[in-house]
Amino acid sequence: MTAKVGVITFPGTLDDVDAARAVRYAARDLLAGSSHEACEAVSLWHGDADLAGVDAVVVPGGFSYGDYLRAGAIARFAPVMGEVIEAARKGMPVLGICNGFQVLCEAGLLPGALVRNHKLHFVCRDQWLRVENTSTAWTTRYEHGAEILIPVKNGEGAYMADEPTLDALENEDRVVFRYVGETCSQGRTMGAANPNGSRRDIAGITDPTGRIVGLMPHPEHAIDALTGPSDDGLGMFLSALDALQGAPA
Amino acid sequence: MTTLDTVKHAESTPDTEQPWAELGLKEDEYARIREILGRRPTDAELAMYSVMWSEHCSYKSSKVHWHYWKENTTEEMRTKMLAGIGENAGVVDIGDGWAVTFKVESHNHPSYVEPYQGAATGVGGIVRDIIAMGARPLAVLDPLRFGAADHPDTKRVLPGVVAGIGGYGNCLGLPNIGGEVVFDSTYQGNPLVNAMCIGAMRSEDLHLAHASGVGNKVMLFGARTGLDGIGGVSVLASETFSDSDSPETGTGRKKLPSVQVGDPFTEKVLIECSLELFREGIVVGIQDLGGAGLSCATSELASAGDGGMRVELDQVPLRAEGMTPAEILSSESQERMCAVVKPEDVEAFLRVCRKWDVIATEIGEVTDGDNLVITWHGDTVVDVPPRTVAHEGPEYHRPFARPAEQDVLQAATPDLLSRPSTPEELRETILTMISSPNLASREWVTQQYDRYVRGGTVLSQPCDSGMIRIDEETGRGVAAATDCNGRFVKLDPYTGTQLALAEAYRNVATGGATPLAVTNCLNFGSPEDPGVMWQFEQAVKGLAEGCRELGIPVTGGNVSFYNQTGDTAILPTPVVGVLGTIDDVRRRIPTGIGNEAGESLILLGETREEFGGSEWAHVVHGHIGGTPPHVDLAREKLLADILVAGSRDGMISAAHDLSDGGLAQTIVEMALIGQTGARLVLDPDMDPFVQLFSESAGRVLVAVPRSEELRFTELCSARGLPWRKTGVVVPESDALEIQDVATLPLDELRTAWEGTLPALFD
Repeated sequence: MTAKVGVITFPGTLDDVDAARAVRYAARDLLAGSSHEACEAVSLWHGDADLAGVDAVVVPGGFSYGDYLRAGAIARFAPVMGEVIEAARKGMPVLGICNGFQVLCEAGLLPGALVRNHKLHFVCRDQWLRVENTSTAWTTRYEHGAEILIPVKNGEGAYMADEPTLDALENEDRVVFRYVGETCSQGRTMGAANPNGSRRDIAGITDPTGRIVGLMPHPEHAIDALTGPSDDGLGMFLSALDALQGAPA
Repeated sequence: MTTLDTVKHAESTPDTEQPWAELGLKEDEYARIREILGRRPTDAELAMYSVMWSEHCSYKSSKVHWHYWKENTTEEMRTKMLAGIGENAGVVDIGDGWAVTFKVESHNHPSYVEPYQGAATGVGGIVRDIIAMGARPLAVLDPLRFGAADHPDTKRVLPGVVAGIGGYGNCLGLPNIGGEVVFDSTYQGNPLVNAMCIGAMRSEDLHLAHASGVGNKVMLFGARTGLDGIGGVSVLASETFSDSDSPETGTGRKKLPSVQVGDPFTEKVLIECSLELFREGIVVGIQDLGGAGLSCATSELASAGDGGMRVELDQVPLRAEGMTPAEILSSESQERMCAVVKPEDVEAFLRVCRKWDVIATEIGEVTDGDNLVITWHGDTVVDVPPRTVAHEGPEYHRPFARPAEQDVLQAATPDLLSRPSTPEELRETILTMISSPNLASREWVTQQYDRYVRGGTVLSQPCDSGMIRIDEETGRGVAAATDCNGRFVKLDPYTGTQLALAEAYRNVATGGATPLAVTNCLNFGSPEDPGVMWQFEQAVKGLAEGCRELGIPVTGGNVSFYNQTGDTAILPTPVVGVLGTIDDVRRRIPTGIGNEAGESLILLGETREEFGGSEWAHVVHGHIGGTPPHVDLAREKLLADILVAGSRDGMISAAHDLSDGGLAQTIVEMALIGQTGARLVLDPDMDPFVQLFSESAGRVLVAVPRSEELRFTELCSARGLPWRKTGVVVPESDALEIQDVATLPLDELRTAWEGTLPALFD
């Protein structure tokens, strides 16, 4: 069986090439390391209500339809998102990165919302995250409590939810990533941890099933130390491919 | 209701008073238009000529000096050039079948009036130039100049410009990989916002914009045309900010601001749409709509093609009601492109545009006539030979002369300025210098730019050059740097411009890439001032002759005049951009030390006592005078050869150029970026102050793994490049020790270096 990971492209999506590359790198790693079958990245167009038989979906970063109204507010109504929502409710692994996380929140697949950074600027920097849940479809390759260095880049990345929701997320172990330590740039430490004012330093969360994960930082930009601060992000794509390979065809 | 000023109407009313002066035309220019046409121009024609003959579009004050480029470009230099001066952007062959296009443009005046939109649309404009060549835009760099860092207005301008560049560029998905941020009070009322874009394509996909083939259709696609940016070129980008009232809008309607408003999402879609059109092979040529809007696009397309073109202006999709033909022709609404398409491909063209939700409209066709004929609901409102609009504008032979005060300036050498001499004074000077606005960390700025998108960025700020991977299979990449020290140019425009070239060239090589080609953005004061014109003439000559000596061609450039407030001109700022290539980006040389277990620090090049125009004289004494550092381009070339060889053979583990602030600045940055301590051992026979702060050109500090030290230094000696072992990297240390001078904990250095811009602008 060839596992297929769909990567959605809205007209304003920017990191789709990066997400597809991350899937390819993960597939290459798997092939080198074991007898796993091949995996491939499949491009999904926002206007097509068709998932092309993929086994998992990445909603990548960017500005979907320009995001002038509110990040992800229009994207959730895209024809392809209807299919994603339906498939996700049936258990398909879905990863929302940055704008993708915003879209998943707008679509109601994840609770809460992402609002303007507390300092109001766009922020692009290398960021330490702690992996707090290693049982989701996207995090089994990490050790619990591992600290990983991943770029964060956003203007509206502050995670917000009401107190009961935040409590529930924590009590149900659904905070997957938290901003920790000192922030970094070019490998240098930079000061306070939380880059955008997220409540309780939340960088990423999951749904109750652990199949749907959303995070603001960009694991697809951390798959090779040549072009990113580390290759710590590859684990998310490897985890998903593990989940797909393990699942009955 | 005003009557439509048709060609017929113009013929019958030769004596109608026309507002040529208000549109920025000189009396003789207006007379020449009448002579070309054999009648008075219509309103629409007058609008076209006035914007196209503006300084910004016609280069009328500068092109008399273009002969320097021609004279200094040898056949050998041309061999790698696929397109040069005169196209939308220069194109060079970088090998493996890849062609790279790059260009830098200014958006200075709009960015002072409205920093966010001015800077944003500056990025948008340069990106469309790159698309028009058939290339995918891959990265941007932004050379910026602002007034004094602590001036209240800088706090308005800088954050707006930075947010505008980020807001637009980030949304396009283009990594921002470099540029400059420089403060000087001469830029107070006249900041410089230059934007550079790099794009790549397969060599066979190169498209030059021209409209040939009778019967081919002219398609306008992208955003609707509105009232924004009307008169932007002639009024804003030329002479003065005031009096932007244009008589065309005499219908009692409120005119929109002359600064255009950008919509990056539309541009992003336009990029993808244009690239798909190129890929499908359904366009003959594409031209972007930038300064002078449709006036420029239609006349340039026609002029570069067979000459004849008919345009139905009433077909242009509008976003405002009741726009006149003149307004439509001169609108600078953003995110628009013009394409020439064969009739049989029009349907396919429209299909691709529909896929991307891009509005596309057939507005005319290529004809077998000689003139560009523009109609408005059937009436002819423009009937002109397109070359007279686009390429045969006025040419001024403005007087230029070395100003008398130049001697006074050069005589005021920095020799008598008081210098630090004790270890305590030197230590204090280091901290003062690294925290000064021009030398402090640019993190506050660059953090607002996405440097990661597309996953190919290998080097970016604070490295000497930006570098991106072009080919994922082979690892081939390109590097680029922009530089200019305006104080050096002020002291000696010829040498100063060559120093800018030398620095950009060196910065590209410091990352491990081979410099290939040059672009420029020449920012100067008023060309009506003979002293400014002399600076300009010297700068062009210096750059052209310098490029010849380095063997790399100038592939294009941009001129921005009238950068002055009242009688005070900016520091002459000929920003030089150098593009280079590297076979495999995995061989790139990083900036921070500590990458290998044991590294020696070797200073390449010679240090002389050179403080004319230096950052030290500026920061500590507010002094500018004397002569700039000596420039030796043959030496720069040798230095670059050694750096490239060192990168290819894995002999260099880190490298950083010495420029503003000298050796002290370089070693501090290498240590802070690498988060690793080091020990510097100065030459006992030379003044430590000179060694630490002189700005002699042609120098790079490299870290070399111990195992490679002998091989590397023997290479330098054999090739005749002076070198001196200047220290060692000390991985276990948290400090920079300058032996016999000071020990500076990295934390203290970091606080000084990183604190300045946040304190000023947060």
